[in-house]
Amino acid sequence: MKTVKVMIGTTKGLFFLNASASRAAWKLEGPHLAGRAIYSVAHDPRGQGKRLWAGAASMHWGAVLVSSDDWGRTWDEPVEANVKFPADTGLALKQIWQIAPGLDSEPDTLYCGVDPAALFRTTDNGKSWEVVRGLLDHPHRDRWMPGGGGLCLHTIVRDPGNADRMWVAISSAGVYRTTDGGHTWTARNNGIRAEFMPDKHPEFGQCVHKVVQHPSRAGRLFAQNHWGLYRSDDSGDSWQDIARGVPSDFGFAMAMHPHEPDTVYIIPIKSDQVRVSPDGKLRVYRTRNGGRSWEALTRGLPQRHAYDIVLRDGLTTDSLDPAGIYFGTRNGKLYASKDNGGSWRLAAGDLPPITCVRAVVLDERKPARRAKARSPRRRR
Amino acid sequence: MTRVAVLIPTPLRPFAGGRSRIQVEVPKHPPSLRDALDALWGEAPGVRDRVLTEQGEVRPHVNVFVGAESCRWTGGLDTPIGDGAEIAIFPAISGGR
Repeated sequence: MKTVKVMIGTTKGLFFLNASASRAAWKLEGPHLAGRAIYSVAHDPRGQGKRLWAGAASMHWGAVLVSSDDWGRTWDEPVEANVKFPADTGLALKQIWQIAPGLDSEPDTLYCGVDPAALFRTTDNGKSWEVVRGLLDHPHRDRWMPGGGGLCLHTIVRDPGNADRMWVAISSAGVYRTTDGGHTWTARNNGIRAEFMPDKHPEFGQCVHKVVQHPSRAGRLFAQNHWGLYRSDDSGDSWQDIARGVPSDFGFAMAMHPHEPDTVYIIPIKSDQVRVSPDGKLRVYRTRNGGRSWEALTRGLPQRHAYDIVLRDGLTTDSLDPAGIYFGTRNGKLYASKDNGGSWRLAAGDLPPITCVRAVVLDERKPARRAKARSPRRRR
Repeated sequence: MTRVAVLIPTPLRPFAGGRSRIQVEVPKHPPSLRDALDALWGEAPGVRDRVLTEQGEVRPHVNVFVGAESCRWTGGLDTPIGDGAEIAIFPAISGGR
């Protein structure tokens, strides 16, 4: 029997929403890791398929990466902090923003992205972590500038067919790509605007908020920028503006449909100065043609006096068909759709401010697996 | 040998074997707060990374007192300590976010 677990990171702990595959009724569970800010959570489908990872930050006692092998009933917290900067860097960890389990070909590898901007890697399944020096020592680093959330490396995109190639996004530095397993990195921001800079098209310094890729189309990237919505068809070498028909091209969150490589979801925000849903309407926008056009998804969402915001990792999908789409807001509301975004319901309404949302489908007959990269299928 | 007591706040007691107070002996003379905490890390290594950053600085929202005085006003980790001193670790009165 399949079940769905939506993992909700908040500023005050981690919550789960559990449902059967019908997703007709949700049961809230938590808080786990109460009181700690959870800016990143991930399910690792490899091995037994039961491991969860979370970046747990205490305002007082710092941030640490914790794991659970029993769906959150117990958590393994290392005695000594696991993700930390070497002494020679002079840097101290502030927040863990992203956790990315490795490819199937690298079963003991995980990456995490942190503030101050850096990428960490483990090759022994989390027992030890080391900073990726090629990015840490990048010559651009001294001119990267922090955004409102800090100088954070918040996005890690892997090429499913090439373990040496990946993209990261940093606010505010932009998109960087490696093709040699992290030894060298190249800024890949050609075409992305930096509205907050005198030079609107610098080599780097863009504030890219989120980048997504469908696993069946490696190197075809979509980006939600701090002003600007983009697609790249050449692995980030160039970016085209695809913000046609959206109320604002400012926003944070972006998610890829699990089965349709041309379908992307965003949640526009009214300007960087206001940062609430435009026109008092909470709307998800969806493109089903790779960004040539966008449609508003509003059924079940508040369309009057709704002033909310969804952060960069607050929007996600499950792997069922039709896909479940989920987003969590700074006002502590979790909205769920079980029909590709066609209709929505409030699944939890009184949570602490939501920082990240991820969903996993469990099959009790089999170990949980990540959704396989399927061949693109026709839109129904 | 200087003997000091360190008071452990409730959130950190899981990393101190459940203890609220740990007596440590500091071999260095004259000892500083840093020396006393080094002795504490030997007893409770998990407390170190929660109190100090990886650069060895007291975290911004943690207060360490020697007697009744915060070390922020007495020389930080170089604060001198005497035999029988009591060191207390507290979460600062920050929060609300």
